[in-house]
Amino acid sequence: MEFPQIDYVAILPEIIICGLALLIMLFAAFLPRDRRWITGHIAWFGIIVASFAVWMNWGTDTRTFAGMYSIDLFSSVLKLIFLLGSLLVVFMSENYIRLHKLEAGEYYALIIFSLFGMMMMASAADLVVFFVGLEIMSVALYVLAGFRRSDPKSNESSLKYFLLGAFATGFIVLGIAFVFGAVGTTSIAQMFDPQQYTLANSFFYLMVGGGLLLIGLAFKLASFPFHMWVPDVYEGAPTAVTAFMSSGPKAAAIAVLARVFVVAFGQHITQLSPMFWSLSVLTMFTGNLIAISQTNIKRMLAYSSIAHAGYMLIAFATGTAEAVNSVVFYLLTYTVMNLGAFMVLLVVEGKEDGDNEITSFTGLGRRHPFLGAAMTLFLISLAGIPPTAGFAGKFFLFKAAVAKGQIPLVVIAVINSLISVYYYLRVVVVMFMIDTQTEFRPVSYPAFLYVALVVAVLGTIVLGVFPTSFFPFDIPLLASGR
Amino acid sequence: MEMFIFILAAIASVACCLMVITQKNPVRAVLFLIMAFVAQAILFVQLSAVFVAALQIIVYAGAIMVLFLFIIMLLNLRKDEFGGDRHPFQKFAAVALAALLAFELVIVALRDGSRSPSVSLPENFGSVESIGEILFTKYLLPFEATSILLMAAILGAVVLAKKRLDD
Repeated sequence: MEFPQIDYVAILPEIIICGLALLIMLFAAFLPRDRRWITGHIAWFGIIVASFAVWMNWGTDTRTFAGMYSIDLFSSVLKLIFLLGSLLVVFMSENYIRLHKLEAGEYYALIIFSLFGMMMMASAADLVVFFVGLEIMSVALYVLAGFRRSDPKSNESSLKYFLLGAFATGFIVLGIAFVFGAVGTTSIAQMFDPQQYTLANSFFYLMVGGGLLLIGLAFKLASFPFHMWVPDVYEGAPTAVTAFMSSGPKAAAIAVLARVFVVAFGQHITQLSPMFWSLSVLTMFTGNLIAISQTNIKRMLAYSSIAHAGYMLIAFATGTAEAVNSVVFYLLTYTVMNLGAFMVLLVVEGKEDGDNEITSFTGLGRRHPFLGAAMTLFLISLAGIPPTAGFAGKFFLFKAAVAKGQIPLVVIAVINSLISVYYYLRVVVVMFMIDTQTEFRPVSYPAFLYVALVVAVLGTIVLGVFPTSFFPFDIPLLASGR
Repeated sequence: MEMFIFILAAIASVACCLMVITQKNPVRAVLFLIMAFVAQAILFVQLSAVFVAALQIIVYAGAIMVLFLFIIMLLNLRKDEFGGDRHPFQKFAAVALAALLAFELVIVALRDGSRSPSVSLPENFGSVESIGEILFTKYLLPFEATSILLMAAILGAVVLAKKRLDD
């Protein structure tokens, strides 16, 4: 019996994050009730330390744990995106938890557990590891969605997410079983290797397995036709959790889609392309067209997140390494601008429960110019207007797709971006063009939320103006291994 | 003989699962689920996975299902609390789509099934020893990460179930 070699330095970020979650649980258990807010500070500090650990491992290109865990540039970049997203969410949550009297320790511990699951998904070089990571991420999110236990909407959100998520998990397990049956391995690297591949060359089983995996992942990504849960879950979940849900799990699902469909099934990507093509088109249209008729801003952002999932799927219809690189950049920009929009929403929402109508933004731009300007920036970035991050993200993605000849798809995506301008700018119109006769509801200025807001504003501008100087666009998709 | 047992267990498994989702009475549904687990345990035995079959019986049919029954009885649901079908169309669509998926799987099985390779199994396949060995060597990472999963799940269950202390 031989134990696998474990590269402890390479998995240091995961060790830190995992230890952080346990540490927060310990603090939550032993601190007196009125001092549990300290756990929030432990959380953001730990995330920054873990980010340094990722940075330390930047050039590493290795597989550890008997080849199951791949630490490479691709996973490191994704981990930094997850860490950044979680850091902003922790900053956003500090005030929210105080206002709504939530259990701080458990809240942060679950956020960190979820983050750990995403990091595992980003590094998974084996379908079993990916599955365990997915479950860690999802279980924590199911609970977070229902964190406001006295609010029936939050309960509904949690239950819906849990039941449908468990159903999607069933598809993923069945898919992994079929893939294993077809190629005799669950290792992504071995599936990629043509020698291993001919072991039991059963193409149809492989495609059935891939299809079932795609169903499960499309659910997490909130892609058509598995998007039905999104508006209800996003609306009912606590706003800070909605922000987390709309960025992290999407990015993790994209990471796994890239590893499975572009790396492992790389030989068949031309056969798979039409499937992704139609998924992408349908998702874009569903998200954008339904978003137009929404009056609740959380539901509008939910449909907008569906539309963005559609843009992201363009990368898989294209199926080149360049497209996957640009979708990772897209994830970074989406994380920053989307979380930014949710931050403004959190400030405006204040202590009011459930009032997230677009009309509650009336006059915001005149009364609170900074908030109004920030929200405008995030919205035009989400719509993809230059010189913001959202434009840069779409630009590189569309460029990669055109390079592979996916011109009709790009045309459809551009038309969709134009549709989306309508509902994003409607909020801007409400904020600036309509003035309220009554005084705007007083807005509190929680320090941490504002730090996060400034980071998001700067990120949206800097990523839009100097995209190439902050992002490596030549990431290999899997560690070559030793 | 082997084929006969397989067909019997497979039919029993599918039939019991169908009963689980069609029964109105939750206690009956759980009892059918236990039968389905037993049928699947027989399938595992036929695949030489004796230890997994034993786990299936002890953990699923035994421990977890007892918990299910306890909870259903504690909740003491009345018949009218299940609610009617609010979307009658949904049921037909669900059945149709499920039938389509099953049809696809059968087509693939008929088309490719005969080509599945027969691999000769190692000496002690399916024994406690070999499963333990593979868990602590090749599958060390998923095995350890599962403990994190359980920790997150326990924490979540406690958060959702404990009584509210403020307001």
